[in-house]
Amino acid sequence: MSIRDKVTGSWGRSAVIGVPMVFLLAVFLLPFLIVFKISVSEMDVVLFKDVLTWTDDVVTVSVKLGNYIALAQDSLYIQTYLSSLQFAAMTTAICLLIAYPFAYFMARSPADKRPALLMLVMLPFWTSFLLRVYAWKMLLADSGVFNNMAMALGLISEPIKMMNTPFSLVLGMVYTYVPFMILPLYANLVKMDLRLLEAALDLGATPWQAFWRITVPLSKSGIIAGSMLVFIPCVGEFVIPELLGGPQTLMIGRVLWDEFFSNNDWPMAATVAVVMVLLIIVPLALFNKHQAETAGGGRA
Amino acid sequence: MATNSNPRPEAPANGGAPFLQIKRIVKKFDDVFAVDEVTLDIQQGEIFALLGSSGCGKSTLLRMLAGFETPTSGQILLAGQDIVTLAPYERPINMMFQSYALFPHLTVWDNIAFGLRRDGLPKPEIEARVAQMLDLVQLKAYAKRKPHQLSGGQQQRVALARSLAKRPKLLLLDEPLGALDAKLRERTQLELVGIIEQVGVTCVMVTHDQEEAMTMATRIGVMSEGKILQIGRPDEIYETPNCRFVADFIGSVNLFKGNVEEDEPDHVVIASPECKHYINHGITGTAGMAVHVAVRPEKMSIRQTQPLDGERESLAEVGFNMAQGVIQDLAYLGSLTTYHVKLDNGTVVKVTHTNAARHAAIRLTWGDRVYVWWCGGDVVVLTR
Repeated sequence: MSIRDKVTGSWGRSAVIGVPMVFLLAVFLLPFLIVFKISVSEMDVVLFKDVLTWTDDVVTVSVKLGNYIALAQDSLYIQTYLSSLQFAAMTTAICLLIAYPFAYFMARSPADKRPALLMLVMLPFWTSFLLRVYAWKMLLADSGVFNNMAMALGLISEPIKMMNTPFSLVLGMVYTYVPFMILPLYANLVKMDLRLLEAALDLGATPWQAFWRITVPLSKSGIIAGSMLVFIPCVGEFVIPELLGGPQTLMIGRVLWDEFFSNNDWPMAATVAVVMVLLIIVPLALFNKHQAETAGGGRA
Repeated sequence: MATNSNPRPEAPANGGAPFLQIKRIVKKFDDVFAVDEVTLDIQQGEIFALLGSSGCGKSTLLRMLAGFETPTSGQILLAGQDIVTLAPYERPINMMFQSYALFPHLTVWDNIAFGLRRDGLPKPEIEARVAQMLDLVQLKAYAKRKPHQLSGGQQQRVALARSLAKRPKLLLLDEPLGALDAKLRERTQLELVGIIEQVGVTCVMVTHDQEEAMTMATRIGVMSEGKILQIGRPDEIYETPNCRFVADFIGSVNLFKGNVEEDEPDHVVIASPECKHYINHGITGTAGMAVHVAVRPEKMSIRQTQPLDGERESLAEVGFNMAQGVIQDLAYLGSLTTYHVKLDNGTVVKVTHTNAARHAAIRLTWGDRVYVWWCGGDVVVLTR
């Protein structure tokens, strides 16, 4: 029996993996199953009917798919999903445009300056996210800082409506999520072998060509990781649309909230949630599969 | 040691201007001279090796040729044209990087085609050239592989093909075989020289491995502390080093410190604490001058009994060029044995003996008292 077998076969190893597994099961999978169960349950005044009942030796499974059918037929829900995905995609794209040059600059700056720059990226996290979003409300309001300043300077005569528009929503989301794009990109770019760029220049590539042919393809995994970290929470974002978004900014998170707390229709809310999770998980799973297949293809 | 049998141009043959002229090149990093006024001429078709230990400035010099470093002052002329102001991508020079720097996300084919594509060559031309290069390095079957799917030796060949694909005027090799293991390195050295000769490209290589330099290069420049100490063919560098550093850096050497006692046109006598040296040629020095006598270990003879007068190079040497000592250590290396002999005055000299016969009549061993002698014509007197 080799040392390796001893290590892999020991119960200690199982325990180390087991603890986070149990945690994930308890706080993610189990609640999700409960939510899923609710989504296929029938409302009975204030309680849900059980999906599985045992009366007179008869097991009755009652799965109500009505909510899913309703969801699929209601254009409002479909539109909301689409608009959520759209806002999330837009936010992700803008984050990428801002974060890439920033991460690149950080990764190429002298090694002794990088911790300070990294600190700057993380600094906003020291203030509550909620407070920072509220601050944007003050800045963007009709009589907010920006409008007042522009008016005082005579640049505009009427306040520009910025609050409660798609603009304020995307701005808020970009502002909040841009560090989540910067960090994985930075981690990727800082590891890059700079000799590859020298090799590209040596072979006749201009610095611009070297960037697009070498740096960008090699940072693919960083781009994908950052995009995931921004896109996924943005799809289900509730607080930012609630505080900064207006009536035109349909986001699934707000619909979810309304179903739960205004309509008190828990099964419908659960359905919305389940579909949202599936909407995100399916592409993610496909992506992971693709990554696993091409693993090692680019050791970036 | 020098297995170089290449009939390549050695000294300036045509008397014309050298192909690559490096003129008083200086590179300062802050206040440190990485390269200190190096002047060097390299002929077309040469394989020139810059040899030195790490930090001697050889890599900086190579990077200035490639265009990754800008010289503080000086000129680099390639075929008469000053290239100092050209960006790396504008120079007709390609480099094979240390540990290759292959693009990990591109296939072998795309790696080789990278430079050709940047030149905007037509597609059929690119395909033909890549095929030609793959042929040259015998990697046709691996065209679709990614670099990480190749062995070290194969990666090295891809790197070579990539740097030759653009038919550069000058090929730079940065520690070309440093990433390979010893056995593979030996074979690859000659293979690499073969390919470079086939293409006929002028080549400057940088290495810290003297064996690599001696096997591959037509001429070697030994560098230390930003300066070139000696330039010459491998055998010149080995047999007639011009200073202690070069003598010690290339191969191993026994150095005897002494003073010139007799300074005649046809011979000199140098007295050192170990013995008196009789050297059968004149030197540029004066009596009383402090010098070093350098003797290579393989040029020494070792035996338990004193050599007969007739066995010496000439009768004039009897009583000279010989010392007695005790074998302190020995290393049996198969083809040869290295003896560390502690001479009577305490100096330890290294003597190598080729094991020509399978069973030597007398086998020397630890603690044996031996005579060590050598021929006055085989030593080099170093004045610096």
